[in-house]
Amino acid sequence: MASIKEQFEIPGSLKTWSYALIGIGGAALLYGMFTKGFSSDEHEQVHFWGTLMYNTIFWTLVTNAAMFFLCFSTMAMAAWMQSFRRIAEAISTLVPIFGGITLLVLFYVVLSHNHHIYHWLDAEAVAKDPILKGKAGFLNPTFFIIWTTLTISLWSYFGYRMRQISLEADIAPMDHETAHKFNVRSMVRSGFFLVWFGLTVASTVPWLWLMSIDAHWYSTMYSWYTFASSFVAGMALIALWLIYMKNKGYMELSNSEHLHDVGKFMFAFSIFWTYLWFSQYMLIWYANIPEETVYFKHRVQGAYKPIFFLNLFINFLCPLIILMKRSAKRNFTLMAFMAVLILFGHWIDFYQMVMGSLMKEHVSLGWLDFGILSFFIGVMILMVARSLASKPLIAKYHPFLKESIIHQV
Amino acid sequence: MAQKKFVVGCFDEEKVLFPAVKQVRTAGYKIKDVYTPFAVHGLDHALGMRETSLHTAGFIYGITGTATAVSAISWIFTKDWPLNIGGKPHFALPAWIPIIFELTVLFAAVGMVMTFCWLCQLAPGVKKHHFHKRATDDLFVMVIECTDKTNTNDLVALLKSNGAVETDVQVAEDGWWFGTYDTEEKPAVQVSM
Repeated sequence: MASIKEQFEIPGSLKTWSYALIGIGGAALLYGMFTKGFSSDEHEQVHFWGTLMYNTIFWTLVTNAAMFFLCFSTMAMAAWMQSFRRIAEAISTLVPIFGGITLLVLFYVVLSHNHHIYHWLDAEAVAKDPILKGKAGFLNPTFFIIWTTLTISLWSYFGYRMRQISLEADIAPMDHETAHKFNVRSMVRSGFFLVWFGLTVASTVPWLWLMSIDAHWYSTMYSWYTFASSFVAGMALIALWLIYMKNKGYMELSNSEHLHDVGKFMFAFSIFWTYLWFSQYMLIWYANIPEETVYFKHRVQGAYKPIFFLNLFINFLCPLIILMKRSAKRNFTLMAFMAVLILFGHWIDFYQMVMGSLMKEHVSLGWLDFGILSFFIGVMILMVARSLASKPLIAKYHPFLKESIIHQV
Repeated sequence: MAQKKFVVGCFDEEKVLFPAVKQVRTAGYKIKDVYTPFAVHGLDHALGMRETSLHTAGFIYGITGTATAVSAISWIFTKDWPLNIGGKPHFALPAWIPIIFELTVLFAAVGMVMTFCWLCQLAPGVKKHHFHKRATDDLFVMVIECTDKTNTNDLVALLKSNGAVETDVQVAEDGWWFGTYDTEEKPAVQVSM
């Protein structure tokens, strides 16, 4: 393996780009914060904090999806992803950073009792409202803060433990027994993450962070929907980094076979997302009960109609038609394009999930959204590159690595 | 029913089989197929087989299913027998999507299984010549189609030099036939070596 480049050197252009994005985004963020976030006008406040909220939640969940990918692959003893596992690991190092930002934003919203964002924060309204009173055991500031803190710290901690055990594969070749023990220990550690992931992303956290914006409304599909949205975007992000690294001449052991399987995940989970989108929509449409249809009223018939259908077009029709062919999933250019499209599409999805409930009357998509987005992209690029550079790119003594090298689909 | 002449080479290891396939192909012989006890990764590439069209067929069957479902349901519910179901519009697309989806899957699945059986010449009651019984157990059986110009002795020598443990020349039925082995198939002519 002498010819393998194990050390990633961050190209100057990457640094320039990420600093520029952080600069522009940071300026937009600060400007928005002082003109809107702390303004006395409640609409401006909701606009700013809502925009920041959906961006930070989106990026936390997307980067966390990379760790989820690693954990379920480890659990299934999958070998094919070992040749680029360090990319997924590097993306998951962002969970504490973006999670920390999420924590700050949500704490601010809850502790400042911004009931224009979370209606259930208004104690007087809750007291008069039988529905909200019934939910008060779950939707209250104390539980919100404890559960959010616990969620983000355990994601970070279990993810850290997974990354640590992966470093053991750098030290020395393993004999049969050591390799077996290593696999079992990896599986146990991924098990902790997966159980916590199931209790948070696949159930409580989307209810708490996102669905409770429409405090009266509920959907049993909501958490799965959020999970599917963030997971498919997470796979797209892994694909994008894999393509970037290949383009720069690294990751010699990954090739179109590995890209093909990442592409299958992007394709399959786009369909899965649509399945959940439709299941949520059709049941509500069919039953036609006012307290349920209220969620779709302004999305399907009001100002959000273009965004709502654009969402379906980008996230369902495009992946379905473009990624269906085998040759498309093995084409680096097309996959890069689709990865960007899917990431953008699910960002739009999160936009309409949050802002569609906060600002029902008009679509506010503008400089603030793209500014904050560019801040997050800049941080993501810079931090992923740094953490890639801080470790060898290949876990070279991993017991499954050989299987990954000869992987063929 | 066409009788053809085949040269059969048997290998007991994958490691020997792959270079042998390559040698036989570079020597210009046409390999009819390699019968293996299990699916061998990469053998289709080594044999230079083209990508299967089964998925294209599946796509067409699926689209046919979608079209059938959409046209049938929309005709029934808007033209033939409009019903008021819960005040929904007659053209109630969301309610139809599960059925459209199911028919798409059904058409694609059944169509692809049938096509697969046709391409592999599999059907109830249909028989094909077995070049070597141990192909289903522990032997990799390479079957090479002969033309008028094929020198079987050269070919057998080539196979042997590439590690074939058993070689054989057979005149046998090329395709499939309906019936039994006993009555329909003429006994394979064994040409002694």
